[in-house]
Amino acid sequence: MTAQPAAIEVKNLGRSFGTTRALHDVTFTVPHGAICGLLGSNGAGKTTAMAIITGQDRPGSGEVVIEGMTPFESDAVSEIISFVRDNQRYPDDFRLHHILRVAPLFHRDWDSQFAERLAALFGLPKRTLVKKYSRGQLSALAIVIGLASRAPITVFDEPYLGLDIVARERFYEELLADQAAHPRTFLISTHLVEEMEQIFDQVVVLNNGKVVLDASAEDLHGQATEVTGKYAELTEFIAQLPVLRLRKVGSLASAIIRPGLTSAQMEEARQRGLSTAPVALHDLIAAFGNTYSPDADSEADSRGSQE
Amino acid sequence: MFDESRPIFQQVADKICDDIMSGATAEGDQVPSTNEFALFYRINPATAGKGLNLLVDRGILFKKRGIGMFVAAGAREKLRAERENAFINTQIAGFVSGAKELGIDLETIQRLIAQEYRR
Repeated sequence: MTAQPAAIEVKNLGRSFGTTRALHDVTFTVPHGAICGLLGSNGAGKTTAMAIITGQDRPGSGEVVIEGMTPFESDAVSEIISFVRDNQRYPDDFRLHHILRVAPLFHRDWDSQFAERLAALFGLPKRTLVKKYSRGQLSALAIVIGLASRAPITVFDEPYLGLDIVARERFYEELLADQAAHPRTFLISTHLVEEMEQIFDQVVVLNNGKVVLDASAEDLHGQATEVTGKYAELTEFIAQLPVLRLRKVGSLASAIIRPGLTSAQMEEARQRGLSTAPVALHDLIAAFGNTYSPDADSEADSRGSQE
Repeated sequence: MFDESRPIFQQVADKICDDIMSGATAEGDQVPSTNEFALFYRINPATAGKGLNLLVDRGILFKKRGIGMFVAAGAREKLRAERENAFINTQIAGFVSGAKELGIDLETIQRLIAQEYRR
């Protein structure tokens, strides 16, 4: 029995632009029906990865396999993928109804009724030229297209830009409701980790073009531990531990340890007067962007020590 | 709605158990479906499902094929016993340790507890 291909397989993907290494040995797999979050700081490589995954760019090295096929310049893959990018341009004289009429040509499983309902839900103006749409309206349009496409692999790159909280909540609700009725594979990049982390099945974090975390939602919980207390005590405790980030303000300090502490280690911390807590995903991502170097003695992260 | 302290599926399970303990959800009542939970709390359906399945495994809920999930007979008593156990093993130890830290002696604690019971 041959194994079913996964929805998205990224294998040792590399991509450089001139001397800049945008992606380095990136490997991860997204199974069918998963809502996968692609996270990381600006410049981490998310958009580059998404462009290659959706066939708009080709790998520099390594490969991307979509449902067993190579996406670059593949009609078969285009049919089953939806990717409305951040700087999507539409013909100058297009209004909403033009887009909704043209979209089915690009998306095999397009649902017109769903599209109309979503367009109304997000209040997309019918008479305004799309080129005059605000940032928020463009994002809402991208969401309408992405969701109504019912594309088996639907990719969103920071879909919330310009959307207020009401619109964002509608997006999450429509996404979850549609996923329940018509499951598909989603790949979504976001900076709004706190808002979105609970809807992800899987989370992939990029930092400087590399994968630093690839975990299912249920495994995220124990990924790291934050230890807080007096700086002197803390530095002794963390001496032999894998510290991701150390923060210090005067004599107060906290360290993020990854992998997370064992219960024995947590007990030891408590006995030293230090407190431990799980690390929220958004704090973990912030930590990746501010990684710890023992030699620097956390100078870069020190604040307020000269009062 | 959910915090970092424990995995979300665990918190989903605990919410359902809280409702059963309080009587808000009675034995034999149907509980919301996986998708309803997911949509309402805006969480991933697999996470909601895991919380519900956890309770099925523990005998708190059962599935009626094609209809949904219901609270099992005896669930409330089962939960009460579980929570009583947890209370004795963790709460009491924590309580006594806290009292000792504050230097409150056994006699005083016993008197205070008795007072509280009489209220």
